[in-house]
Amino acid sequence: MSSAFANLTILPPDPLFGLSARFKADTRANKVDLGIGAYRDNQGKPWILPSVRLAEKKLHADPTYNHEYLSISGFEPFTSAAARVILGNSSPVIQDNRIVSIQSLSGTGALHVAASFLKQFYTGSDAAPTVYISKPTWANHIQIFESAGIQTAFYPYWNDATKSLDLEGYLATITAAPRGSIFLLHACAHNPTGLDPTQAQWKQIISSIYAKGHLPLFDSAYQGFASGSLEADAWAVRHAVATQPQDSTILICQSFAKNVGMYGERAGVIHAITPKFNKDLNAAISTNLQKIIRSELSNPPAYGAKVVATVLNTPELYVQWEKDLVTMSSRISTMRRALKAELEVLQTPGKWDHIVEQQGMFSFTGLSAREVQRLEETHGVYMVSSGRASVAGLNEGNVKRVAQAINEVVVHFNRQHKL
Amino acid sequence: MFAGVRQFNHWVDVQMAPPDKILGLSELYVKDPNPKKVNLGVGAYRDEEGKPWILPSVKEAERKLVVEGLEKDKEYVPILGSGPYNSAVQKFIFGHDEFGKKLIAEKRIVSAQTISGTGSLRVIAELLNKFYSVKKCYMSAPTWPNHLNVFRDAGVEPAAYPYYDLDTNSLDIENLLATLNKAEKGALILLHSSCHNPTGLDATSEQWDQILEVITKRELFPIVDMAYQGFATGDPIKDLGIVIHKMTKMHYENPEKLPSFALCQSFAKNMGLYGERTGSVFLVHESPEFISKITSQLKALVRPMYSSPPCHGSKIVEVILNDEKLYKSWLGDVAKITNRLNEVRSGLYDNLDHSLRNWDHLKRQKGMFSYTGLSKDEMLKLRSDFSIYGTDDGRFSLAGISNRNVKYVAEAVNAVVKK
Repeated sequence: MSSAFANLTILPPDPLFGLSARFKADTRANKVDLGIGAYRDNQGKPWILPSVRLAEKKLHADPTYNHEYLSISGFEPFTSAAARVILGNSSPVIQDNRIVSIQSLSGTGALHVAASFLKQFYTGSDAAPTVYISKPTWANHIQIFESAGIQTAFYPYWNDATKSLDLEGYLATITAAPRGSIFLLHACAHNPTGLDPTQAQWKQIISSIYAKGHLPLFDSAYQGFASGSLEADAWAVRHAVATQPQDSTILICQSFAKNVGMYGERAGVIHAITPKFNKDLNAAISTNLQKIIRSELSNPPAYGAKVVATVLNTPELYVQWEKDLVTMSSRISTMRRALKAELEVLQTPGKWDHIVEQQGMFSFTGLSAREVQRLEETHGVYMVSSGRASVAGLNEGNVKRVAQAINEVVVHFNRQHKL
Repeated sequence: MFAGVRQFNHWVDVQMAPPDKILGLSELYVKDPNPKKVNLGVGAYRDEEGKPWILPSVKEAERKLVVEGLEKDKEYVPILGSGPYNSAVQKFIFGHDEFGKKLIAEKRIVSAQTISGTGSLRVIAELLNKFYSVKKCYMSAPTWPNHLNVFRDAGVEPAAYPYYDLDTNSLDIENLLATLNKAEKGALILLHSSCHNPTGLDATSEQWDQILEVITKRELFPIVDMAYQGFATGDPIKDLGIVIHKMTKMHYENPEKLPSFALCQSFAKNMGLYGERTGSVFLVHESPEFISKITSQLKALVRPMYSSPPCHGSKIVEVILNDEKLYKSWLGDVAKITNRLNEVRSGLYDNLDHSLRNWDHLKRQKGMFSYTGLSKDEMLKLRSDFSIYGTDDGRFSLAGISNRNVKYVAEAVNAVVKK
């Protein structure tokens, strides 16, 4: 019988979950978790948003609350509110009914369904389509598309020498890519770098994408986290929607894991936006997305969707949520400034401006893999081997120590960080 | 983008996907204005008033989590679910007999949280498609329609074994065994542990022994779907004895006869957690090394699909299984559901006209469903003339019947069979 299981090898653990497991197992009292992308308060504790706690109380007091199955497409008050969040309340897309919104298992689930859908139905390019992904990107992006049988390629993004956007390389790749390729774009607060294009740069990127008939696929996991403003953080997506050419589709994979702190509740939505209203087309997109979902999980989890819907659809809770976003994003900004300041006080070799220029949950510190390893082993400071630090893990109680640890490893390897 | 509509040429001809039969029925029911209408479609439990029933034990567990603040955060759970959840459920399923206890102690069980039963089936199907030599799964005729979609979309070819004899309304054991005796060696076989969906007809203990005998002879790999644990006898632990204990005993005492099997388990029905999507997949094997390999491969499968499972339902399950008082309360809730379903069966049986047709099979069936034996025409007549909605195959979801309407339903059936 074991011979019936062919080629079974043990796989190494997932880098991010593996990091988390090592951190949990570490017994040192002053360990610092700058690994997983989850917000922490100033005490280093997970934070259930006040707007969420209020929403949950409201939900549980509602006599109609139950655990019934959602429809395959999910909880409509959630998916329709989610569309308004990313596109704006008065978006013509919503008014014209040019959008199909289907609930997903957070951002990963949305990307996975998008990948399956593209694999089955997309023939925008002459050959099998390629999904172009930023270099670097969130590690799971590659696996999501490759496991769906779609080949991936990179577009230049992070210039390590200058710690800025390689716009020239980015645009050149867009132009060189076969017509009708798919471009995976981080809507804001790029993971792992924290570096976002400026509005002027986004304009060039989007128009180049459209000029080659490529399909923009947005991964929106941090709306509200970059600047504290939902509207400001949705600028790139809304610009792409506003300039959408006639013969195109935009896909948006939206997660509420971070901005509503719904992490484990898996609340997300996939949106498909067409340039002109077409009832049959909407039905075709919707029913086929649902067909994919039905044979994988039947229908999506209810609780997270109901909580988020309550937040988004109750005016006073929405206002509270906007405050909560400012709380999180401003604490992160404060920590960015604090870390930079400490590193400069210690006269740590190199320049550290990028830490405050980047936005969102992460900073691409520029630390090398061996520096990161020493940080973990010697100092108990955990971050991803790429040098990605989750700034949300910093607080007034540990930022000095983290700066000292970074200083030590940089000096230890005698590496010069030059701008 | 979709050639179903001429101006978009980037997508293959995307047609409407066919509507889901079971969920489509609910839509028809909702639209019907007849005040006497009865919904015998979806397999979700309803109380005497025809309303969704939140189990008191579940309500209390949820109150502890959300209102009392037992839930401290909404962090991501690990890819395959939290350790505490998995060990609690593993103990609940396998920890009640001597062989199960040994398997747990010897670490010979893969345990992972999944997206309810569907998610459990899909991940095991994907895993087997990837690593198992025979990509064919035998399923009962009939079976839950989504079984075929799940396995087919995972790349495993569904095949059928005879199950329900429509002429005698009993198990077609002769042909079942004959088909399995000719089955491709090493093929997969999907079994319903009890409360067979859609027929309600289960094999007797002796018949299970015969089935297991052929399974071992043809070296078939059993996948057990356990979605209604508790509704056969009223006791979830007693229900395990129908087939799970047979298999753990056989596997432990004679691993050469039964080297491995999988179990797909759900709390959707027996905890009424439907929309929260809480279930597990288990795989039993002789070798702990194999267990580790499979676990790592399962993680690699799940990570690009949805990263990690939803936590709300699993937290409720954990609270109940770990609290002696709540656990007892839950067992009482399951008994209550089972008693009501059994009362419905009796009530229906007593009010049907036995001179028109033999209805004895109703008393032999178990669980939420009954295969009445009514033809498609008769089912359509029930819909058109009496606003009673059941699926074309003659399946009644008994939860849609109560003391309020059992006479109405019985008389309607009498009317349509009288021809």
